Amino acid sequence: MSIAQWVEACAAEEIEVEDVIRFDYGDRTFAIYRTENSKYYASDGYCTHEPVHLADGLVMGDVIECPKHNGRFDIPTGAAKRRPVCIALKTYPVKIEEGKVLIQID
Amino acid sequence: MASNPHKRDYSITGPENQRAQERGLATAEWYTSPIPRQRLKELMKRKDGPAIRDTFIWFGSLALVGLIAYQTWGTWWAVPAFLVYGILYATPGDSRWHECGHGTAFKTPWMNEVIYQIASFMVLRSATPWRWSHARHHTDTIIVGRDPEIITERPPVWKILLMQIFHLYGGPVELKRVILHVFGRLDKQEREYIPASEYGKTFWEARVYAFVILGVIAACIYTGSILPAMFIFLPSFYGGAVVILFGITQHLGLHEDVLDHRLNTRTVYMNPIFRFLYWNMNYHTEHHMFPMVPYHALPQLHQEMKHDCPAASPSLWAALKEVVAALIKQKDNPAYVIERPLPDTARPYVYGIRQDGDEAAVTNGTAS
Ligand code: FES
Repeated sequence: MSIAQWVEACAAEEIEVEDVIRFDYGDRTFAIYRTENSKYYASDGYCTHEPVHLADGLVMGDVIECPKHNGRFDIPTGAAKRRPVCIALKTYPVKIEEGKVLIQID
Repeated sequence: MASNPHKRDYSITGPENQRAQERGLATAEWYTSPIPRQRLKELMKRKDGPAIRDTFIWFGSLALVGLIAYQTWGTWWAVPAFLVYGILYATPGDSRWHECGHGTAFKTPWMNEVIYQIASFMVLRSATPWRWSHARHHTDTIIVGRDPEIITERPPVWKILLMQIFHLYGGPVELKRVILHVFGRLDKQEREYIPASEYGKTFWEARVYAFVILGVIAACIYTGSILPAMFIFLPSFYGGAVVILFGITQHLGLHEDVLDHRLNTRTVYMNPIFRFLYWNMNYHTEHHMFPMVPYHALPQLHQEMKHDCPAASPSLWAALKEVVAALIKQKDNPAYVIERPLPDTARPYVYGIRQDGDEAAVTNGTAS
């Protein structure tokens, strides 16, 4: 069983409001979001429909739209919101410390 | 019947599906033109305004032409009047189905969904199955054995193209599927791309379609006239000519089995009326490369990427001439494709799969 750990992903300033960036850690890829109200979130970096980077997608309010088929996820919960995505995204806890975005990965 | 050994099987349930997967052409990474992220974000911005305006214009003109058509019924004037009505019904029906299916036309999700459902019925495409078929078309654009939306194979089947002028090939296929769906079944091909979780929705939508169609038939019997069907249902057939004329410009005559939309997709300059009917889908290379850009921003996206793309066809007429000439050549030589030079400012074409850091995929050789 792996133990959850906090990992520094990037500087908080690096992500614009309503945007998403890609964060690679080991052989895993995450997407880190800053939503309209300037809250930070993290999820797996690939769409659950096909292996496409969500970091190339579009953040609209609390929603991320996938660049390939315009499927959508709710960023805070990872819930699938629009076809063709049916499977929810795995999300990860995020905190900001000293201007850095930390995500808790297992 | 002897089969031609060179003829490929375009069905997505045949051996070409497996072959495409083995060759790394299925669900592959595609080439994208370099556009600064900031600019792309601007272009991707969603708006309700343009699509609401265009929807009012569309339904308003349908109502107006419909009224004229109604008043001319029983005279020869009804022929041109219904022709215009049919074109106005089916052509924007096709492009609104497309844009709202991507969920990019309106900013507000329910607006996309309402117009998607209405337009799907108007062009007789079952809403949910075609959402998945189109997703596959974007994943595996013109990959033989994978893409269910290849209009015609190589060598071309002229009968299908000619029948499609009145939607007489796709229409009956779709009606057969609707009947299957009404009874809770799918055809083999649909099972390839529709996930099981969507079956229930598919069946209920088909029951609504059947209810509307039966309602129109009942109205015809009641009034003793086909007039009700001339307004709903039959325009999907008699109004189909422009749909197919626009549709064949998208990919025909170009490469199959490549991973670069510049090689398999055509952008065509069209006049403002055609662009309104087609909702800018004439900027087709742009749409395939960046499907998140809404229709109203495609002309601007074209400006951003034209330095990286072959020259657009100068008009619909020029594109049709090019397509038909290529199809005629493909009758004797199915391997024939139109080679379009890139401008000096462009990156080279990408024909096949990219290996890790492999430049070999980025060549100007031809794909097999
Ligand atoms: S790959 Fe994300 S919606 Fe299809």
